Amino acid sequence: MDFSFPKEYQLFRRMVREFVENDVRPLAQKIDREHRVPFETIERAAKLGLMGVPFPQKYGGVGAGETGYCILMEEVNKVCASTATVIGARTGIGAMAIYLDGTEEQKLKYLVPLATGEKIGAFALTEPGAGSDAAAIKTTAVRDGDYYVLNGTKTFITNGAHADIISVMAVTDPSLGARGGVTAFIVEKEFPGFGVGTSENKMGIRGSNTAELIFEDCRVPKENVLGQFGAGFITFMKTLDVGRVSLGAGCLGGAQACLEGSIQWAKTRQQFGVPIAHKQSVHFMIADMATEIEALRSLIYRTAWLVDTGQPFIKEAAMCKLYGSEVAHRCVDRALQIHGALGYSRDFWVERAFRDQRITEIFEGTSEIQRIVIASQIFRPEGVRISA
Amino acid sequence: MDFALNEEQRMFQKMFRDFVTNEVAPLAEEIDGEEKLPRELLEKTAMQGFLGALLPEEFEGVALDAISYCLLLEELARACTSTAMTISVHNGLVSKTILDNGSDEQKGKYLEPMAFGEKIGCFALTEPAAGSDVTALATRARRDGGDYVLNGCKTWASNGGIADIFLVFAITDPDVEPKGISAFIVERDTPGFKVGYREPTMGLRGLTCNTLYFDDCRVPAENLLGQEGEGFKIAMRALDFARLSLSAICLGGAQAALEAGIQFAIEHEEFGGPIALKQAIQNFIADAASEIQALRYLVYHTAWLADTGATYTRDASMAKLIGSEIAMRAANKMLQVHGGFGYMKEYAIERMYRDFRALQIMEGTSEIQRFIIARDILKEKGLVIKP
Repeated sequence: MDFSFPKEYQLFRRMVREFVENDVRPLAQKIDREHRVPFETIERAAKLGLMGVPFPQKYGGVGAGETGYCILMEEVNKVCASTATVIGARTGIGAMAIYLDGTEEQKLKYLVPLATGEKIGAFALTEPGAGSDAAAIKTTAVRDGDYYVLNGTKTFITNGAHADIISVMAVTDPSLGARGGVTAFIVEKEFPGFGVGTSENKMGIRGSNTAELIFEDCRVPKENVLGQFGAGFITFMKTLDVGRVSLGAGCLGGAQACLEGSIQWAKTRQQFGVPIAHKQSVHFMIADMATEIEALRSLIYRTAWLVDTGQPFIKEAAMCKLYGSEVAHRCVDRALQIHGALGYSRDFWVERAFRDQRITEIFEGTSEIQRIVIASQIFRPEGVRISA
Repeated sequence: MDFALNEEQRMFQKMFRDFVTNEVAPLAEEIDGEEKLPRELLEKTAMQGFLGALLPEEFEGVALDAISYCLLLEELARACTSTAMTISVHNGLVSKTILDNGSDEQKGKYLEPMAFGEKIGCFALTEPAAGSDVTALATRARRDGGDYVLNGCKTWASNGGIADIFLVFAITDPDVEPKGISAFIVERDTPGFKVGYREPTMGLRGLTCNTLYFDDCRVPAENLLGQEGEGFKIAMRALDFARLSLSAICLGGAQAALEAGIQFAIEHEEFGGPIALKQAIQNFIADAASEIQALRYLVYHTAWLADTGATYTRDASMAKLIGSEIAMRAANKMLQVHGGFGYMKEYAIERMYRDFRALQIMEGTSEIQRFIIARDILKEKGLVIKP
C-alpha cells in the first residue's frame, strides 16, 4: 500500500493550481454575476493541455488518466464550479463517450479536437420526459440510406448552446427498449436539422450554459454511430460511470475550499471578545468538515486508481458522486453558517458556492439514482435484481 | 387543552389566505427578480390592516392577538418570504416596540402613520463588529443639550431601503455593559443620517438590508425610547417576539415547499409512473410533513404563551431554531424531488431554497438560539453560562 501521489501528479497539481490562481479565480465571481461562459479561461486551459487530461497523448490528451483528471476537477472546483462544469461536460462526458466506444477514425476526427480544446463537446441524454429514467428517451433515429434521421428534444444539456460536437442517444428500435433499441450518435452542430433551443436560468453554476437541443429531421451520417448499433445505453452508462468519479473530485475541491475559508474566517472574526475559532460550536463544525473531507479524498483517489488500473469501479464511482455531493452540501452549509450574514451576501464567495453546490446532488444522476446503482451492485451477487 | 382556532381566528385565516392567494402569490417571482416589493403591494397590505396588525384601534391598528398574527405571517410566507419578512420587521420589531416602550407623544406621533403604511419601520441593531454579540455595539449617542448626537454605523438593517422610521440602538454609557445601550427613534430625513449600501443577498431579495451611517446625527431627546440604558432590554424583548414571528414564517415557508414537492411528485413521471409512487419520494414527503406538523404546534403554543402574558423567550428561540432548520430541510428535500427542474428559476422551490437559508441566520443565528435555550435550562439548575 502506498497512498502518496507520484511525483508527476504532484507537479501536475502544482501546474493546475497556477492556472486556477491566474486564470480561474479572477473571473469566478464575475461570470456568475454576468451569467456568461468564460471562453477566455477555456482557451487558456486548452493551451495548457487541460482539456484532454485523461486521454492518451495520441488523441491530443495529456495521458494523466482518471487520477490526473480528478486532480484537475478538484483544483478548479475549489475556486469556480462553473468553470469546472464547462470543462467537465466537454472532457468528462462529451469526449469520454467517444474515447470509450469510438472507432479509431472517430477518435481521430472528434476526440482529438475535443482533447486539444479546439472544439466544444457536450453529452445529450436527458429529455423532458426522461430524467432519472434515461431509458424512457423518445428521440428517434431512423435509417435513411447512408444517414440516420434524428427527431426529438434534449433538455438540460451542459454546453448545449455552443457545443460543436455532441454525443447523442436516440431510440433506433422502440420494440427492443433500452437493451438493444438505443444507439449513440456523434452529431456536429453543422448537421442540417440540428438546432439549439432556450438556455436555462439556473440557481447556480451560472457561468456554464445549460440548453435545450432540438433535432428536426437531423441527418447524421451512418459512420457517426458511436459504439455498437443498439448498444447506446451501455455506451452512455459507461461514460456516466467514469464521470461520477471526477464529479466527486469536484465536490472534494468545493468542500476543501469551504473548510479552508471557514478556518481563516474563524481566526479573524471576533465575537464575544475572542475569535470565533475559540468557540466549541465552530470547532465541531470544522472537525466534522475535515473528517468527511478526509474520507471523501480517500474514496475519490482510490476509485480513480481502480479506473486507471482497469478494475471494476461502478459501485465506487456512484459512491464518489453520492458521498461527494452530500459532503459538499454539508460543508458549504456549515461554511455559510460560520460566516453568518456575510455568507448570505453575493459580495462573498460562500454565497456563490452555496448555490453552485446544490446541482451536484442532481446532475449526471441524482443522489437517488446513485443509491439505486450502489444497491443494485450490492444485491446482484446476492441473486437479487433490483429495479428503480 | 384546546387546539382549535376560535371563530375569529378562523375567519382571519381565511381572509389572509384569500388575500395572499390573490395579491401576493402572483408577484412572488417578480419580487425576487426585481429585488423589491412593489409599492402597490405594501399599500394593499396597509388597506387590509396588515401594517397595523399589532396596534390597538386607537392607533388605527387591528390589534391581532399573537396567534392571529402568526396566522398572517404563515399565510404570507406560503407565497413570498420577502413580503412576510418586510411586514414582520415593520410590525413586530418596530411599531410593536414603540407601542410597548414609547411615551404617549411617541405613540401618538409615529404609530398611526405606521398602521396606514405611510411610514415603514426599520430595526437597526447589528453592526460590523456586533453580529451575534450585541454587547459589542460601537455606535455612540452623546447627550448634548436637548439632543442626542449619534455617531457610528449599522449593517444589515432590515427594511433600511424603504423605511421612514428607524429604531436605532446606541451606547449612551460605555462604562456599563450591556445596560449602557439606549434605543432611539430616528427619522429618515434627520441631518447626519444616511441610508447606505444595500446587501446583495442570495435570497429574500424583496427585503432590503442596508448599512446606515450616523455622522453627528442629532436626534431630539424626546426620541429616546424608554429610559436611558434600557436599550438592551428593549432589543431583547423585541427579538423574543421577532423570533416567534420568524418561526411562523418558517412554518408557512416549509408548508409551501412541501406542497410544491407533493404537486411535482404527483405530476412528474419517471419509470412509468408518478415519482410519488417511489418509496424514496414518499419518505421525503413523510419526513417533511411530520416535522412541519411538530413545528406548527410549537409555533402556535408559543404564540398562545405570548397571548397569555407568560414568558416565552425559550420557546420562541426553540421555535426559531427548529423552524428555520425544518424550513431549510423541507426546501432541500423538495428541491431534490424536483430534480433538475428544482434548480431552475421557473420553479418556486428554487427561490425558497435561497430564501430560507437566511432564516438560520437572521434575528439570532442558530448558534445564538441554542445558547439562549441552554442558558435558560441550565439557569434552572443553578448554572450560569456565557456565550
